[in-house]
Amino acid sequence: MSTSSFLALAQAGTPVEVASGSNAFLEGLKAALGEHLPEWALWLGAAGAGVAIVMGLISVVAMFCVWLERKVAGHIQCRYGPMYTGWHGWLQSIADGVKLLLKEDMIPRDADRALFMLAPGLVLAAIVAAMTAFPLAPGVFFADLDLGVFFVIAMSSMTTIGVVMAGWASNSKWTVYGAMREAAQVVAYEIPLGVSLLVPVMVAGTMNLNEASAAQSDYLGMGWFLFKNPFMIPAFVLFFVAALAETKRAPFDLPEAESELVAGFMTEYSGIRWSFFFMEEYAAMFLMSAVAAVFFLGGFESPLTHFVGQAFGTELFVQGANGATELNLQALPYQAVAGLTLLVKTFAGIFLMMWLRWTLPRIRVDQVMTMGYKYLTPLALVCAVGAALWEAGKQALLG
Amino acid sequence: MSNETSKTMPSTRLRQTSAGEVTVDIRTPDLEINFGPQHPATHGVMRVLMRTDGELVTGAQPHLGYLHRCAEKIGENVEWLQYLPYTDRYDYLASMNNNLGYSLAVEALLGIEIPRRATLIRIICAELNRIGSHLVAFGTYGLDIGAFTPFLYCFREREWMMALFEKICGARLTYSYIRIGGVFNDAPPGWFEEVARFCDVFDEKWKEYVDLLLVNQIYVKRTAKVGVISREMALDFGLTGTMLRGSGIDWDLRRDMPYMCYGEIWRDGAFKIPVARGEMGELGDCWDRSWVRVMEMIESIKIVRWCLDHMVDGPVIGELPKTLKVPAGEAYVGIENPRGELGHYVVSDGGKVSIRTRVRGPSFCNLAVLEDTLPGALVGDAVAIIGSTDIVVGETDR
Repeated sequence: MSTSSFLALAQAGTPVEVASGSNAFLEGLKAALGEHLPEWALWLGAAGAGVAIVMGLISVVAMFCVWLERKVAGHIQCRYGPMYTGWHGWLQSIADGVKLLLKEDMIPRDADRALFMLAPGLVLAAIVAAMTAFPLAPGVFFADLDLGVFFVIAMSSMTTIGVVMAGWASNSKWTVYGAMREAAQVVAYEIPLGVSLLVPVMVAGTMNLNEASAAQSDYLGMGWFLFKNPFMIPAFVLFFVAALAETKRAPFDLPEAESELVAGFMTEYSGIRWSFFFMEEYAAMFLMSAVAAVFFLGGFESPLTHFVGQAFGTELFVQGANGATELNLQALPYQAVAGLTLLVKTFAGIFLMMWLRWTLPRIRVDQVMTMGYKYLTPLALVCAVGAALWEAGKQALLG
Repeated sequence: MSNETSKTMPSTRLRQTSAGEVTVDIRTPDLEINFGPQHPATHGVMRVLMRTDGELVTGAQPHLGYLHRCAEKIGENVEWLQYLPYTDRYDYLASMNNNLGYSLAVEALLGIEIPRRATLIRIICAELNRIGSHLVAFGTYGLDIGAFTPFLYCFREREWMMALFEKICGARLTYSYIRIGGVFNDAPPGWFEEVARFCDVFDEKWKEYVDLLLVNQIYVKRTAKVGVISREMALDFGLTGTMLRGSGIDWDLRRDMPYMCYGEIWRDGAFKIPVARGEMGELGDCWDRSWVRVMEMIESIKIVRWCLDHMVDGPVIGELPKTLKVPAGEAYVGIENPRGELGHYVVSDGGKVSIRTRVRGPSFCNLAVLEDTLPGALVGDAVAIIGSTDIVVGETDR
């Protein structure tokens, strides 16, 4: 995973303004080993730790999502889904992971070996990089970027390069079909995705995920952006639809349309390389859902978070007596509740995506394009302009 | 163009005329792609050689024979009764109907009368199997379109149907239950009551498929005006069964060339023949064909109910010798299989073995239309069209 560490390193060491929590690893390492090791080694260590944690997070999220997907699918289809491995099959994903790791590593003879092997890594690297901007709790995150959501969208659309690379390198007609569909689809839906996200960004006045979440803490934690502007609800729907297309989820799963293209761009992949694409899909779902939760559904904020915060205090890092940053353990309940709130909202979005997948048929390729260019993009632009005018009017009237 | 010396520049499609104009040829060669034999949407091992221009299909040619098992030749080598299990295996989704077709053909040669009870049980089994077959057709069509869940809803009811067959004959897929001269054995106690219960439950359940898939807007958008087969085209290609009725032609062998007591049931007004009207798009599109299949299931339920109401006591199979000798002659019997007209043509020279067994498989004949309907469709549509012809490769290849 050299590519991912490189990206995350560039990310961790970026000169963009970094807030207190982002360099918690670095601060900790400095305090412990600062005298023995040079600065670059500490940075490398911090970046490594960050990547390890993000990778762990992605793996756990992907495993849980796979299990959840199978259970949701099962219950929608009048059956149980996995039941034999552990309680209600909770070990199923782990068992599958072990199986995938042990599988023979197959590379087609006529494939472009280098690109074939690079593609899954690139896909995963892009999503790992995007994941670094995801806040676990108000004070716990890997990178507190001012351009947070921009970074997330930019990085997650980088996965397309890996997908197209995989489709091309496999040297199969079906995979090329899948890759071309993916490229066309992502280009078409990137626009409504970004533009509809402009609406909450305008309302919030920031792209920083943490600040956007904090801006929704009024009205006892119910001051969600969704209710703050009449254009937010259509923008949310547009964002959700575009996110479905962006993450290749049904009814927009054309790049891997099983009944049409065998398995699309993944046709020639097997074993752990194949599972990288799978992990990317679920991590992308998680990320898109999290962005929706932060920018539309209040992020960390809920009445529960609000009251817990009032009772225990919110700041995880406080200035100690000697001026050094100290950990304030009192705020832990708040941080935990806030983190869980975001997780619940995120998984609500994921559940909705799964529900749609197991209910709807697939849209045809020309219909996908029509929908993206003819309907979603103009509607998103209307929403953005309308929201901008509304905000401007509000400021002019209320000062 | 003759006085222009056009030379091809190194970068493939750039051409420079003598006047110095550079033109770009943006045409791309068509891609030849093998749709199958191993492909999730070919419902078996069929291969369609498609020529595509991007997402557009410009030509298609079905290739058959991957599942050829010499079924007809075997019919000329084994005794009359022994051939019955082989008929199970051509349209494995409607084995009862296959048994029925062959039995009727041999019985026509024998000139024997079938006990009334056996006839009614045969009709019940054939119609239940039609329901099961259409459930698979409709469910897997949903799979082709990309909807996974309706498939399992369909299989829930099909499972019960198979359990019913398991109770009556012990097998779940290849029944060999309908024999020459009647049926293998009488229904076990309580079987007819359970069939009646199945009918009651199914009368409620079919609405779920309609709500979930048939009138789903995405489904309608995917299937309406796709793969249109006009009335003339349907007749020219000799389509039968749901494909024909999906094109708006009112033709059903159960009514128009009645066998067993279907004529009686029809005269009783117990069932209707659903014929497509092109409600969602054009007459003869994929949506019409799937609509016909769903509606036929409901009509089959009515036929089953009629048979249950008119059930009589008596023997279920006539007295036949162990080694059957069939009088010399030839017979053709066509029956309405779930997929169309299944015809059996048998010739006997009075011996223990048929001298010619010929099967007219509906899937095989319906398949021919693909070559004309696929060009001009998108790759996604191609899947929808192939799915809507509802072929069973075991029968096309036999």
